[in-house]
Amino acid sequence: MLEINDLHVKLGDEDIAILKGVTLSVAPGTVHAIMGPNGSGKSTLSYVLAGREGYEVTAGTATLEGADLLGMEPEERAAAGLFLAFQYPVEIPGVGNMTFLRTAVNAQRRAKGEEEMSSGAFLKLVREKAAGLKIDADMLKRPVNTGFSGGEKKRNEILQMAMLEPKMCILDETDSGLDVDAMKLVADGVNALRSEGRGFLVITHYQRLLDHIRPDVVHIMSDGRIVKTGGPDLALEVETQGYGDIVDAAEPA
Amino acid sequence: MAGRREQIARARAEATGARLAGQALPSGGAWVTAARREALARLQALGLPDRRDEYWKYTDPTTLSAAEPIAAALFDLKGEPPMFHEMDRLRVVFVDGVFDPAASDDLALAGVEIERLATAAAADIHWARDLYGVLEARGQEPVPRSLATHNTAFAEDGVLIRVTGRTEKPVSLIYLHRAETSDAVLHHCIRLEPGAELTLMENGAGAARFSSVLEVEVGEGARFHHVRAQGRDHERRTHTHIFARLAERGVFKSFTATVNGRLVRNEAFLELLGREAVAHVAGTAVGDGDFHQDDTVFVTHAAESCESRQVFKKVLRNGAVGVFQGKILVTAEAQLTDGYQISQSLLLDEDSQFLVKPELEIYADDVKCSHGSTSGAIDPVQLFYLRSRGVPENEAQGLLVLAFLAEALNEIEDERLAADIRNRLEAWLARHRPA
Repeated sequence: MLEINDLHVKLGDEDIAILKGVTLSVAPGTVHAIMGPNGSGKSTLSYVLAGREGYEVTAGTATLEGADLLGMEPEERAAAGLFLAFQYPVEIPGVGNMTFLRTAVNAQRRAKGEEEMSSGAFLKLVREKAAGLKIDADMLKRPVNTGFSGGEKKRNEILQMAMLEPKMCILDETDSGLDVDAMKLVADGVNALRSEGRGFLVITHYQRLLDHIRPDVVHIMSDGRIVKTGGPDLALEVETQGYGDIVDAAEPA
Repeated sequence: MAGRREQIARARAEATGARLAGQALPSGGAWVTAARREALARLQALGLPDRRDEYWKYTDPTTLSAAEPIAAALFDLKGEPPMFHEMDRLRVVFVDGVFDPAASDDLALAGVEIERLATAAAADIHWARDLYGVLEARGQEPVPRSLATHNTAFAEDGVLIRVTGRTEKPVSLIYLHRAETSDAVLHHCIRLEPGAELTLMENGAGAARFSSVLEVEVGEGARFHHVRAQGRDHERRTHTHIFARLAERGVFKSFTATVNGRLVRNEAFLELLGREAVAHVAGTAVGDGDFHQDDTVFVTHAAESCESRQVFKKVLRNGAVGVFQGKILVTAEAQLTDGYQISQSLLLDEDSQFLVKPELEIYADDVKCSHGSTSGAIDPVQLFYLRSRGVPENEAQGLLVLAFLAEALNEIEDERLAADIRNRLEAWLARHRPA
């Protein structure tokens, strides 16, 4: 589903390479986790896939179901089925959360040649999805992420994901800033979306989120490369040993 | 230096003389004739503004002061419904500055006395005597606003409204522009008796050059709401003045949306004279290209525990210019003043300009006054966030522009009026998206 091949990326305005040849393949129905120390390039990978400005791809490819992601505008990537749950969800004062959700849902429907959703159908759907994430009417009415707590922001990301039903979900440090209860709620929301046709890339610094969202494959990233790939046990190894040994062992001497 | 000052004074006197040459004061009854003569004398002493005036530093008044208006092409709405058209309201129509009884509703509304200035001026005495030109004259200190004085002297038409109760529907002043070189001068006076309420709307181009003065006396506990739409005819040149005086617990709320327009200057001079009075003045301006829009506001707190808000937002692109000059003056008596002022611009490219002069002058010691001004572009992170959810770039930009305008739009109390204005702004944004 998501195929990343030898992806090299540098900062747009500086000559600093961040990704130095990332290769990764996520099959439908699977959950891949990317773990790694701070500064290893995990978030950059998620931003580059979503199409954020400020990065320059110097080599390599990234495709979603065969379509070239890197040649698309961010909105086209979204319409193609890519979704990024932000590490720091963006506050947009002045835009109601409901308006935002509805605009996004309808924009994607239009892009797919579908009719816009009626107000009634949209309201029903959003209430249903919000209830599962314990998002109340007040949170839906408030401006997007504005004045939301850390946990509320992350739940709001998952709500957007649930509403947009993407094929490929990238979760960038969705566990950061969450307490145990909030993490459980978010993980339940993610797990509810797991399905045969949908792929997940879960980026996290800690193993604890993976207790709740069980990955099929775990990758360790360091210095812009994936240095080790394994099963769920690899995450446990990180938990007990830290990144040091794993990264050192993978480094060419 | 004295030579230069004399030169400037002479130039101003000449320009004022040129404007007044051959212009006789309109005829009328005793009260209006006295007011007009006084205004003419003040005008001759003040002279019309010119570009060297500090108060006109950011806006060139030459075409507003000039003897003749510059012709303005008529604007065709092409079937688009006019503002507020679905609302139940008392319509008062002026064509090129002249009242049109055929196009207007019958000037009768429960709780309101409403008459045409031209008719009222024929009377020897009238309640408006205490208002007409009186508030305008008070507004000449500390800065002269002589275009308003010219208006007092020469206005022949307008409405005089005395509100004694709660009006069942709003009064809507509609200004139609039919002649390419029209030069309209309209003067309205509104008196709200204690406890009375009125909503007043204004919209339409009005004329090639349009001058309006609105004097409003808000009695004890009375409430005045004002919503004004200026646009979209591009070529007009407009200057407006609001002079308002508020008694105890009086409420004055005015909102103006300006869309397009080569030259628009909106001045407001508001005096809070009774305790717990509230004055809000807000506006949104959106301009693309040859656009110059200026909000100049002066709020005086002269009584205890009053509240004032100034909220102005401007969206500018392709070299459009926005100006805000806003002042809050708090006199020594006005303890516990709550004053707020914000002026912000969203510059959609590097060619546009926002020129700002916020001022606070405070003589009381127990007050809360804040002011802020910012100029910025669309936030690229917000834009990316919206786009990452599938919202196309231009739609996302439109959403962010409306979000930027929201604080000012929220100042409109009537939800129907707010919705109408919001829809028009959305339509404007859709028409003016970057290719």
